[in-house]
Amino acid sequence: MNKNDDILVSVEHLKKYFPVKGMKGPGVQAVEDISVFIRRGETLGLVGESGCGKTTLGRTILQLHQPTSGKIVYDGEVIYEGEDPWKPGANGVMQDVKVPKPRQANMLPYRRKMQIIFQDPSASLDPRMTVGEIIGEALDIHKLFESKTDRMDRIKELLSTVGLNTEHANRYPHEFSGGQQQRVGIARALAVNPEFIVCDEPISALDVSIQSQVVNMLEDMQKELGLTYLFIAHDLSVVRHISNRIGVMYLGTMVELAESYELNRNPMHPYTQTLLSAVPVPDPQLSRSRQRIILEGDIPSPMNPPTGCRFHTRCPHATEKCRGEVPEFKEYAPDHWAACHNL
Amino acid sequence: MTKYMVRRVIMAIVTLAVVACTTFFLMNAIPGNPWLSEKTPTQATIDALNAKYGLDQPLIVQLGKYLGNLIQGDFGTSIKMQKNRPVLQIILEMFPVSAKVGILAIVWAVLAGVPLGCLAAYKRGTWIDSFLRIVCTIGISMPGFVVATLLLHTLCGGIAGVKLFPALFDGTPASYVLPCIALGFYPMCYLSRQTRTAMLDSINQEYIKTARAKGLKNGVIIFKHALRNALIPVITYLGPQVAFTLCGGLVVETVFSIPGLGRYFIQSIQNRDYPLIMGTTIFLAAFIIVMNLLVDVCYKIVDPRINLTRGN
Repeated sequence: MNKNDDILVSVEHLKKYFPVKGMKGPGVQAVEDISVFIRRGETLGLVGESGCGKTTLGRTILQLHQPTSGKIVYDGEVIYEGEDPWKPGANGVMQDVKVPKPRQANMLPYRRKMQIIFQDPSASLDPRMTVGEIIGEALDIHKLFESKTDRMDRIKELLSTVGLNTEHANRYPHEFSGGQQQRVGIARALAVNPEFIVCDEPISALDVSIQSQVVNMLEDMQKELGLTYLFIAHDLSVVRHISNRIGVMYLGTMVELAESYELNRNPMHPYTQTLLSAVPVPDPQLSRSRQRIILEGDIPSPMNPPTGCRFHTRCPHATEKCRGEVPEFKEYAPDHWAACHNL
Repeated sequence: MTKYMVRRVIMAIVTLAVVACTTFFLMNAIPGNPWLSEKTPTQATIDALNAKYGLDQPLIVQLGKYLGNLIQGDFGTSIKMQKNRPVLQIILEMFPVSAKVGILAIVWAVLAGVPLGCLAAYKRGTWIDSFLRIVCTIGISMPGFVVATLLLHTLCGGIAGVKLFPALFDGTPASYVLPCIALGFYPMCYLSRQTRTAMLDSINQEYIKTARAKGLKNGVIIFKHALRNALIPVITYLGPQVAFTLCGGLVVETVFSIPGLGRYFIQSIQNRDYPLIMGTTIFLAAFIIVMNLLVDVCYKIVDPRINLTRGN
């Protein structure tokens, strides 16, 4: 890690498995042994194809999902630490073992500091509540405002911060367009003055024309309020634009993590190289001359992931070693991490 | 809103007219007549009685007369069970008895059924959920008279030494207990299942995650965010069910000998007391229509997205 590191959030060996009914074993292994840290004030982008566990990672950090095991540290305080209940048994099959109860902090004070913006704005706002109630509820939970007028002023202030009219407070979510609903979602997240916000694909559900508005707004907020973002998206060009560093996920694991420019310039992991080659370039000549790497096969099921390196079934450079051994997530260049046997 | 209400009232009147006509023809299609009892009267007597009450006229004429009177608020008079007493008077005397039992039954059904449904949804897949599922499936599939008879048998002296409640309804508070349990058991079970399904649906919505991210406690999330969104199907079921229950559990009133509207309804059919059959049916139908209207207004309160005046 670097000298000027002021780390706000870090996770170590975080795992999240979803049990599957009628199936023995750990079930869906959505997040598998991820270690990552986020510096104060930075934006960490998270990319990967759908179903690779980006969203699960973001929500598990906030403990909207109960983690299976690992450690989550927020601003120097351990908010979750638990031992892995799944150990490989004699025949290599995962066995459920008894582990001590995980240590868990009371999340209420942290809900003020860590917030989330959801992907689908229309689904994430309670349809029975007015916008004012939705935002105000967050203020009430944390008892931020004693007097009614202060509370109302804060709601109005938040609405105007995100570019909505103050009289919108009395409307219901369904009366807004998608972009406006997402602004309500952002105002809701900002209401408690958080330090850290997980942006869970905040623009995927929006029209392209609105996407840039919302991205710019998020950037402005970051500058003004000194926010730290974990920005989840599947659109590489947006992530490249907004992020200081980018993490690439594949099937529940982090395969590469580097500074944004460095990752684009010098992708190490074969999966990252494939992803980058798939980003459209707005230049026909360049586009034609470019080599597109096309992967064979489908993503394996996270219920039954491949042994060794999870990418080996589709990797053009896979060797015997990749099939048997899980590659370590190591720092190959300063601040450039990757998990691959062939580096 | 006014336009909407006017339209609903017109629709209600049409519905009532259809109900009245259908009931009239159906009840006349049943074999037999009001004058048959152990002692069959002579044909001459029957003819005389028919002539007296206008039953010798063609059906269509009888119906026309009845509807004409109905518009003026005249439900006719009983011709058999309480001879010559106005039907409306009988209904107004019987209904409060049924309504008292019915309100108590529906209140306990809601107070128990909705929270139990929430509990089952919240504890999905656990033994609590399975237990409630078994109880509710039994409650839904078991006819009311079986529940009533079982209660009577076990708690009213069937088992030696156990006589907690009176077997016959006598108006004392203790005598209300068993009819209310028997009458409310089915709606309770049904409501609980309905609530569970709707809650499971709303618990998995994204705004529940939002509520958790805000830092709300589980209890508040369940009752404020999830339940409010799950109430629509519950209210839909509750409207007509309230009408049915308040007008008397037909069978339960018979089992416990409650002098309510439900028991009278059955007896009036058995006795072919034509005006009484018509009166009770129309009363029940009107009540159900009113309840449905109330339900629609409640939708608006529960779900602000519903716009009553828009559509069709």
